[in-house]
Amino acid sequence: MAGENPASTTEYIQHHLQNLVYGKHPDTGWGFAHSSQEAMDMGFWAIHVDSMVWSIGLGSLFCWMFLRAAKKAHTGVPAGWLNFVEMIVEFIDGQVKDSFHGRNKMVAPLALTVFVWIFLMNLMDLLPVDLIPTLLAMSGVSYQKIVPSTDPNVTLGMALAVFILMVYYSFKIKGTGFVKELTMHPFNHWAFIPINLFMETVGLLAKPFSLGLRLFGNMYAGEMIFILIATMFAAGAGAGLVSGGLHAQLFGEETSALFWLVIFVLVVSVCWLNLKGKVSTGKTVLLCMAFMAIGGGVFALGGGLMQWGWAVFHILVITLQAFIFMVLTVVYLSMAHEDH
Amino acid sequence: MNINLTLFGQMVTFAFFVWFCMKFVWPVIIESMEERQKKIADGLDAADRALRDLELAQNKATDQMKEAKLEAAGIVDQANKRANQIVDEAKVQARTEGDRLKVAAEAEIEQEINRAKEELRTAVAGLALAGAEKVLEASIDDKANRALVDNLAAQL
Repeated sequence: MAGENPASTTEYIQHHLQNLVYGKHPDTGWGFAHSSQEAMDMGFWAIHVDSMVWSIGLGSLFCWMFLRAAKKAHTGVPAGWLNFVEMIVEFIDGQVKDSFHGRNKMVAPLALTVFVWIFLMNLMDLLPVDLIPTLLAMSGVSYQKIVPSTDPNVTLGMALAVFILMVYYSFKIKGTGFVKELTMHPFNHWAFIPINLFMETVGLLAKPFSLGLRLFGNMYAGEMIFILIATMFAAGAGAGLVSGGLHAQLFGEETSALFWLVIFVLVVSVCWLNLKGKVSTGKTVLLCMAFMAIGGGVFALGGGLMQWGWAVFHILVITLQAFIFMVLTVVYLSMAHEDH
Repeated sequence: MNINLTLFGQMVTFAFFVWFCMKFVWPVIIESMEERQKKIADGLDAADRALRDLELAQNKATDQMKEAKLEAAGIVDQANKRANQIVDEAKVQARTEGDRLKVAAEAEIEQEINRAKEELRTAVAGLALAGAEKVLEASIDDKANRALVDNLAAQL
């Protein structure tokens, strides 16, 4: 796990940034790519299976959870999950009413879908970086990126869908006015048509790209920091404990394995005593930290704390990014509906 | 990191989820929320109205109470007056009755006295006559003397 030499650190990072790609390789035919090079060779007609599975899975989760609330919706006193869903719906509805002034039944549900779906996709970032890839690697899946929003295909795909809607509604609402907007602004003279067209087109195209790339960039950077913390230290104190033990087991350092085992038993028993009410919580945390520090070394503890700290900070980032994407989508669609 | 078919896959997925949300999720929830909002507004209205009604009823009740108190006081006053009147009347009646009885009693007494006097006179006249008769014995004219004695008795 922890990078002992630069080559393995680079490999570790690259491995984490490679999607699971399914496509047609010129030499080996249809199948999963076994290296980044193979994935590159597959060209455009390949698909990121992990991104698609996670994003469809999370989208279905959103639909299912909200459908469950919608089924239970009634006019009495709302409770539990329905209450939470109504809170979100009301929040989105308020946002849409604030910034969208046209009459379109699609915008509010679109905003809800965008917000919750992107939030769920970003939320995957908070799972420990190595947890699911390692588990899947054990069952033979070589690559796995569990955060769909760190895949530019996903974010740009959504941004392009929004762009298509923008163009569609611009034509639908403004008709030829949209063409005029593209050709006669900002210089209202026929001689400036090429310049106007160029400037307006750039401005129009910049919207979906900035929309998609902003989300991608933020999530990619966040993921990167999790990975870097994991390479600098062990991947967290707890993971350091288990992986260190496994490491020793695999490579035959039996005394070391025994040492890990003793520490593991100590930590578990302290936690158990706390649950039984024999040890106070403050003492439990201190004892566990002490055991972990002895077992995993100061670095493992530091790594765990940094992962935790960044995760806490990242909660803000993922919510904010989902919110920004949602608001900008609404604003862009609102601009498409405004007839000058 | 390369752009590939995933882009379109995501677009299709996105479109599907938006459609799903628009068809099955959003309208149901927003409708029920709006309905509840209306219900709550109606409820608050009703509560306001009830409060106003209550206030009115309370005012009315207070007014009625005041009126009733006044009426009761009037009745008590009237009753007192009537009672006094009755007592006064009774007093007057009693006094007149007393007076009447006294007068009657006095008259009777007077009568009794007169009768007694009369009897006494008669008795005296008889006695005197008998005495004179005894004294004079048969020499006297009964008729002329009797008139004399009666005259004497009437002077008593």
